[in-house]
Amino acid sequence: MRYNRLALYGLLGLAAIMIMAPVFIMISTSVKSMDEIRDGSIFTLPADPSFAAWSKAWLGDCSQTLGEKCGGLSSSFMTSVQIVIPALILSVGLGAVTGYSLAVWKMKGANLMFAALLVGMFIPPQVTLYPLIIMIRELGIFGSIPGLILVHVIWGVAFTTMMFRNFFKTVPQDLLKAARIDGAGFWALFWHVMLPLSLPILGVAMILQFTYIWNDFLLGLTFGGRSGQPMTVALNNLVGSQFGEKEYNVDMAATMLTALPTLAVYLLSGRLFVRGIAAGAVKG
Amino acid sequence: MNGVELRNVTKAYAGLTVMENINLEIADGDFLVLLGPSGCGKSTLLNMIAGLEPVTGGSIDINGRDVTELEPDERDIAMVFQSYALYPTMSVRKNIGFGLKMAGMPKAEIEERVTEVAELLQITPLLDRKPSQLSGGQQQRVAIGRALVREPAVFLFDEPLSNLDAKLRADMRIELKRLHERLGRTIVYVTHDQIEAMTLATKVVVLDRGSIQQADSPENVYRRPANRFVASFVGAPTMNFIDGVLVREGDHVFFDTGKGKLPLIGAPAPTDDLFGRPVTLGARPEHVLFDDAGISARVVLAEPTGPDQYVRLAVAGEEMTARSGPEQAFMSGSDIGIVIDGGRMSLFDRQSGDALLRG
Repeated sequence: MRYNRLALYGLLGLAAIMIMAPVFIMISTSVKSMDEIRDGSIFTLPADPSFAAWSKAWLGDCSQTLGEKCGGLSSSFMTSVQIVIPALILSVGLGAVTGYSLAVWKMKGANLMFAALLVGMFIPPQVTLYPLIIMIRELGIFGSIPGLILVHVIWGVAFTTMMFRNFFKTVPQDLLKAARIDGAGFWALFWHVMLPLSLPILGVAMILQFTYIWNDFLLGLTFGGRSGQPMTVALNNLVGSQFGEKEYNVDMAATMLTALPTLAVYLLSGRLFVRGIAAGAVKG
Repeated sequence: MNGVELRNVTKAYAGLTVMENINLEIADGDFLVLLGPSGCGKSTLLNMIAGLEPVTGGSIDINGRDVTELEPDERDIAMVFQSYALYPTMSVRKNIGFGLKMAGMPKAEIEERVTEVAELLQITPLLDRKPSQLSGGQQQRVAIGRALVREPAVFLFDEPLSNLDAKLRADMRIELKRLHERLGRTIVYVTHDQIEAMTLATKVVVLDRGSIQQADSPENVYRRPANRFVASFVGAPTMNFIDGVLVREGDHVFFDTGKGKLPLIGAPAPTDDLFGRPVTLGARPEHVLFDDAGISARVVLAEPTGPDQYVRLAVAGEEMTARSGPEQAFMSGSDIGIVIDGGRMSLFDRQSGDALLRG
C-alpha cells in the first residue's frame, strides 16, 4: 500500500517536472541578461535577476524604433482585450440561447441544425478560411476588429451551442412542464430557470472560449489586418523579425506575457472549471 | 358545468392511436383518481388535461370553458409532479411565487399569498431555503404549495407520492385527503397504487391500454368490477379466478370446475341464462369462507401478515387464496371445508372478460 503511494507520487512528480521544466526555463531565461544567456547553460539559475527584458517586451525599445511604433506588446494587448471581450460575450451568449432552443423547444429541423453545427465544429478553420474571407470582405469589415470578432463568434458559436444543448438536454422534463404550467414562455424559462441552472457550464464555456480566442493566431493574422492585430500575432512579429542578435530574454518575457491572461483565468476559475466539466459529463 | 369534461378525446403518436374516444366527466369538487398499470395512458390523459400534450381529436372543457387549444397557464389548472420539479436555483419562496410572478401579479400580493400558503402547509420556516436543502417530504409540500398558491379550478397530481417512503406516503395521503375536504377543489390524481386510489378518490377511473375500463366509486370498483382486468388490478392479494359452470342441485347452487363442485351460499339468484354456460368465477380472498359443511380443500401454505393471514388452498383441481383471522392455525397438508360467498362473488364472460353479475 505504502509503496503504491510512493510510486504514484513519484510518477506524478515526474510528470509535473516534465511539464514545468520548460516554463521554468522560460521564466529563468527572461530574467537573465543577454551575456549570461550567451555564456551559461539554460539550466543555470539567473545570477542577477532583472525585469528589464519584461519591460522591453511590454513597452518596446523606443531607441530602436521600427517605423512609428516602439515594438512592445502593450498596444496589441489592448487590441486582444477589445477582441476577446465582445467575442466572448457574443459567442457564449448566442450559444446559450441556441443550445437552449435546440434542446428544449421542439422545432422542425432542430436535429438537422444540430448536425450541421457539429459538422461546423469539426471542420478545421483552414478549410473554410477563404470563403470566410470573401464573406467578411463583402460585409466591408475585413481587416478590422469587428471583422475579427465576427469570425470568432461564427467559430465559437458551434462549440458553445453544443455545450449548452447537451447540458440543457439533461434538465428533467418535469421541470420544463412545471415552468410551462407556471406560464413561463421562451425567454422567461431561459432567463429565470435554465440560465441559472447552467452557471457551471456557462463558466466552462467562458473559460474555453477565452482560451481559444486569446490563443488564436491564424484568424487574427488573417482577419485582423494592421489595426486588429491581436497579441499572438504581435508576439510572432516580435520574436521573428528582429535585426541583429536574437534577444532570447525579451522573447521569453513576451511569450510569458502573452500566455499570462489565460493562465490567470485558469488559476482563478479552476474550481468552477472542474465542477462544470463534471456537470456536463454526469447526467442528473 | 364546473369541473372537467372530456369529449371523444383521442391521442395518436405518429399515426399510432394510443387512446380513442375517451369520454369522462369530472364533477366540481370531485377527487378523481386515474388508476392503471404503467403504460395504460393515465399520465398521457393527465398531460392532455394540463395542456402539456395536444389532443389529436376531441375536446376538453374546464369549468365550462373549452380549453382544448389553450396553453397550460391559461387553463386554470395547477400540477404537482412525481419528481416535485422544483426550480433548483430558486428559494422555496420564489418557487411558490413563480407562477404568480409570470402572471404579472404585484409583488406585495405574491408575498401575501405565498405567506398564506406556507402557513397552511406549515413550511414557513423553510421559505428561504433552496430545494436541495429540503427532505423529500418537505419538497413535496413545496410542490403542493406551488399548486395551491395559484388557486386553480383544478389540481392535477401526477403520482405525487411515489418517491416518498412508506411511512411518509401514508402521512401525506391523509394530508392530501384533508386538504381536499378543506378546499373542496376538483382534483385529478394519477397513480398506479390502488391503496391511494381506494383511500383518496371519490371516483376511480381504471385505465388499461388507453381505454377506460371502469369509472365508478372506489367501493363499486372493488365490489363490482366491470371486467376481469379491473377485478385483477384492484385488490391485493388478487382475486381468485376459476373457470367452470354454474349448476343447480335442488335448492343449492354450485360452481362446477369439472373436478369438483364449490358450494355457493347466499347467491343472488343468478338469472337462468347464467347456468350451464362456461364462465369464470371471481372470488376475492375474503369471499372464500371456511365452513365444515363445504367442499374439502387442502391447505398448501399459510402466510400471516399481522392482522390477517392468507391461506393458499388446493381445491377442485384449482388453487385459490382465502383470508382468515390471525387466530386460527393452519397446518400445511391438512384439510378444511370451504364455501364461496355467492352474494359478493363476480362472474365473468370467458371470452370478453366482462362482468355478468352487476349489483
